[in-house]
Amino acid sequence: MRLVVDLNRCQGYAQCAFLAPDAFTMHGDEALMFDSQPDDRQWEAVLRAAEACPVKAITVEGPGGVPAGERSGASGVA
Amino acid sequence: MLPVSLDGSLERLRREGRIVIVGASLAGLRAAETLREEGFTGTLTMVGDEPHEPYDRPPLSKQVLLDRVPADHTKLPRRRPVDAEWRLGVAATGLDLAARRVRLADGSELDYDRLLITTGVRARPWPQELEAELDGVFVLRTSDDAAQLHRRLSAGPRRVLVIGAGFAGSEIASACRERGLDVTVAERGAAPLVGALGGVVGEVAAAMQREAGVDLRCGITVTGLEGDAAGRLRCAHLSDGSKVEVEVAVVCLGATRNTEWLADSGLGAGPRGIACDAGCRAFDVRGIVTDDVFVAGDVARSPHPLFGYQFLSLEHWGNAVAGAEVAAHNMISASADRRPHIWTPSFWSAQFGVNIKSVGVPPMGDEIIVTQGSLSERRFTAAYGHHGRVIAAVTFDQAKWLGFYQHLIERAAPFPPDFPTVDRRPEGRHPVPAGFPDPSLPSHGPTVTLSGHSPSDRRISFTPLRA
Repeated sequence: MRLVVDLNRCQGYAQCAFLAPDAFTMHGDEALMFDSQPDDRQWEAVLRAAEACPVKAITVEGPGGVPAGERSGASGVA
Repeated sequence: MLPVSLDGSLERLRREGRIVIVGASLAGLRAAETLREEGFTGTLTMVGDEPHEPYDRPPLSKQVLLDRVPADHTKLPRRRPVDAEWRLGVAATGLDLAARRVRLADGSELDYDRLLITTGVRARPWPQELEAELDGVFVLRTSDDAAQLHRRLSAGPRRVLVIGAGFAGSEIASACRERGLDVTVAERGAAPLVGALGGVVGEVAAAMQREAGVDLRCGITVTGLEGDAAGRLRCAHLSDGSKVEVEVAVVCLGATRNTEWLADSGLGAGPRGIACDAGCRAFDVRGIVTDDVFVAGDVARSPHPLFGYQFLSLEHWGNAVAGAEVAAHNMISASADRRPHIWTPSFWSAQFGVNIKSVGVPPMGDEIIVTQGSLSERRFTAAYGHHGRVIAAVTFDQAKWLGFYQHLIERAAPFPPDFPTVDRRPEGRHPVPAGFPDPSLPSHGPTVTLSGHSPSDRRISFTPLRA
């Protein structure tokens, strides 16, 4: 699994950090740090985080190289 | 959908044309995806000088140095399959515009119908070659750079020297302090980030560094790096005559455009990048726009209507994405269907626990006004003004306001802003000088460069903005 966050778009709502804390963590009050290639076992959590992002800043490519948007209709916005 | 009026050659290009993308990083990848998304079914070749598939660079100076993500674990997600032939680890060495052919370092050649250049920038090395080769002297641009620097920081050096306090240098200093390493930062300007955000904001950045325990030395240059008999870095000599004992030095003196391979090509390429029109089409040295060579990302410089149509070069993540999408679309579209790349410059930096974000072109600003929050709390929004209009804004831990200011910039709203702010402002609403250094002096700070009006400009020196 791979992911990237458009940090121009990110406004630090931190929904992702609640939903997938192993992949997304807040650094200070507002800065987001993410793991670009989290373990595939976090797939469901990461997908929920991407869907919950209020500004749709998270792009995910699923395990096996299938872009999340093509597989399940999840947000693939960047 | 292709309109029926399109001429046959464009249809054929889209169906069976040959597109070569030189530069396999963020811009190159997003362009490839866009080409396929828009129905290009011909052959697509991706050339990259690094052996790695496209990866994300911003984490290298943050997550990677903080030991949270391995340096080789920042590969970019694909939005869709790109069905490309990848030529990775092979640099492009030449371009023949007339023959429409790219030469590669392994001696092979690639013919194209459309070429996209996304070769980006590389870290400017330490100018004294022998000193640069000392064990312990690093730059940080690639994932290999990050892996080496991370390994050395993990070994616990007694002191790290960061040369240059632009965004990259400041982020590296921040990561070092967070890891408990002693750091000296040497900055030629009056404060960190001064070239990018000016002196008023630079003072805030300086206070953040000092509070975090950085040995910050401003108005100072490093005059020499000295090694021991075994070739290991031992100390650095500074322009004030002092000497700092360091085991690691990270050279953060900005970036150089990767345009040397185009030197004799006839393209309008030089140290400031490759000039292109707002549709991402490259200019040749005569100032005539090409129709088969396109440019995107850090290596491009294109005129922007919001900023006096000066050519802007932007070392920004978002610019690479937006430019790539426009370039890819325009490469396979009829002229009436083309779009302009008029993205509003935006960037972010996380350092010393603070999220810094900006929109617009701060170095164009003559004045600055803090509109919300306070500098001393390091949580504020400030607007930059130029000729009576809002030209840029910066936030420290107030990112959610930035969209509003972007809107002000895009409609050339008056400066100082005429709205009542959400805070009571004890100092009143009076702008102060923004405190940018003389733009005729070279600075490694700004990641937004105004580079004049001429597409064939090859000068390396700045043209003073306010001469």
